[in-house]
Amino acid sequence: MHRVFRTALIGLALLQGACSIQPWVKPYERDRLADPIMSWDRDALSGAYIDHIYDSREGSRGATGTAGGGCGCN
Amino acid sequence: MKRSYRRIARLAACAALVIVGVAGAAVLPDDRADIFYSDYKGGGMDITGKSVLVRKKFSEAFAVEGNYFVDTVSGASVDVLSNASVIKDERKQKSLSLEYIHDKTSYNLAYTNSTERDYISNTTHFSLSQDMFGDLTTVSLGFTNSRNSIGENNGTAFKPVVQWLGHSESRSFEGGISQVVTKNLITGVTLEVITDQGLLSNPYRSIRFCSNPTGSVPCAGGFTLGSQVYPNTHTSTAVETRAKYYLPYRAAASVSYRYFSDTWGIKANTVEVGYTQPLSNLWILEARVRYYDQNHATFYSDLFPFANSQNFEARDQNLAGSTNTTVGLKATYAFLPEGWKIFKRGTVTGDVSHIHFKYNDFTDLRALDGDFTGIAGTEPNYEFNATVYQIYISMFF
Repeated sequence: MHRVFRTALIGLALLQGACSIQPWVKPYERDRLADPIMSWDRDALSGAYIDHIYDSREGSRGATGTAGGGCGCN
Repeated sequence: MKRSYRRIARLAACAALVIVGVAGAAVLPDDRADIFYSDYKGGGMDITGKSVLVRKKFSEAFAVEGNYFVDTVSGASVDVLSNASVIKDERKQKSLSLEYIHDKTSYNLAYTNSTERDYISNTTHFSLSQDMFGDLTTVSLGFTNSRNSIGENNGTAFKPVVQWLGHSESRSFEGGISQVVTKNLITGVTLEVITDQGLLSNPYRSIRFCSNPTGSVPCAGGFTLGSQVYPNTHTSTAVETRAKYYLPYRAAASVSYRYFSDTWGIKANTVEVGYTQPLSNLWILEARVRYYDQNHATFYSDLFPFANSQNFEARDQNLAGSTNTTVGLKATYAFLPEGWKIFKRGTVTGDVSHIHFKYNDFTDLRALDGDFTGIAGTEPNYEFNATVYQIYISMFF
């Protein structure tokens, strides 16, 4: 019983610790992250087109952030 | 007692803050209009694509995006050539997407219709993303549903006679986290599970089996073509992890890895590295290298020993063991860096990708005589090069 109580206390302490985490990259330090060269996908149309080419010719699919599209069977 | 009550209240308040976030609200990206042209050449196919995209904010919280894409296909891939004539087809894709932002949550609802002479697909997509932990973390969830009608053109390219063969339905569940790690490093991970059911085989592709399997030399009598038989269910899981780093000078390097596995026995790995180098404020140059490999599906074979030798049989090149390597270069030029009238800026982008596809157990039947006689199974493995050109103009307003 004591063990359960102790584990619960440790869990709560950890939760509180996690909760008190402050953003370690301040808003004024994010100029580099906001640079367009740091964007994952600046041109969604081009990215979706390339993904469609791979989807039509490979056995794998998914986890690339695009949806929809047609067959490209021929 | 009072002290512990305060502590619990503090914990609860803290948890609420974690969920809601602490910094400013999310914002929609700039309005933009794109005109896009692409050309894919390789493996006997020539596909040109033309597209228009317009994205417009109607308030600070609501935006609409419309996209129209037309693919024109001529030629046919090598396995289609083994049992069909050259194909000319067109695919028209229309998409409408609505995006709404409330505080730190972004909601996206999209509908896509894609129509070919022998294939119709309707896709509905919903996703939401939430910024949290002082906007250092973005969590996103998505759901996609597609309904497809599959047909086969038994006529010619110019006089099509389409026979509708069946339907398939696909559902996708996606979750992702994007995390700012340092002021120079951003990382992300995405998991997507897709499940399909219905008619999942490609009607234009065939299996082949030995015409005379009992002879002294196996398959000495050449081969015979037969219909593919696929399972009518398919579930796949893909997980991708990626990172992008801002280098000590103004440039960025990226890396991503995706692992894929499905219920048809395919396992695949994709690795991509990229480098982005701006030149002054007018040019952004990018280079990328992508490597992909997969093993073949359990019911795939390049040459079956005899007719109906398995309950499921496929010889679709997408299900064969294969590797491919892409080298891509991209240049973006800002031709209106200071803006003009309603436009804040404009860019023109050129992109060239070279892809080398190589198959481990999918052979080139063109090595045999035209009537497919000779010893089947001795053909060389198939490989081909493809080049993809893209050029597009983007206006931001």
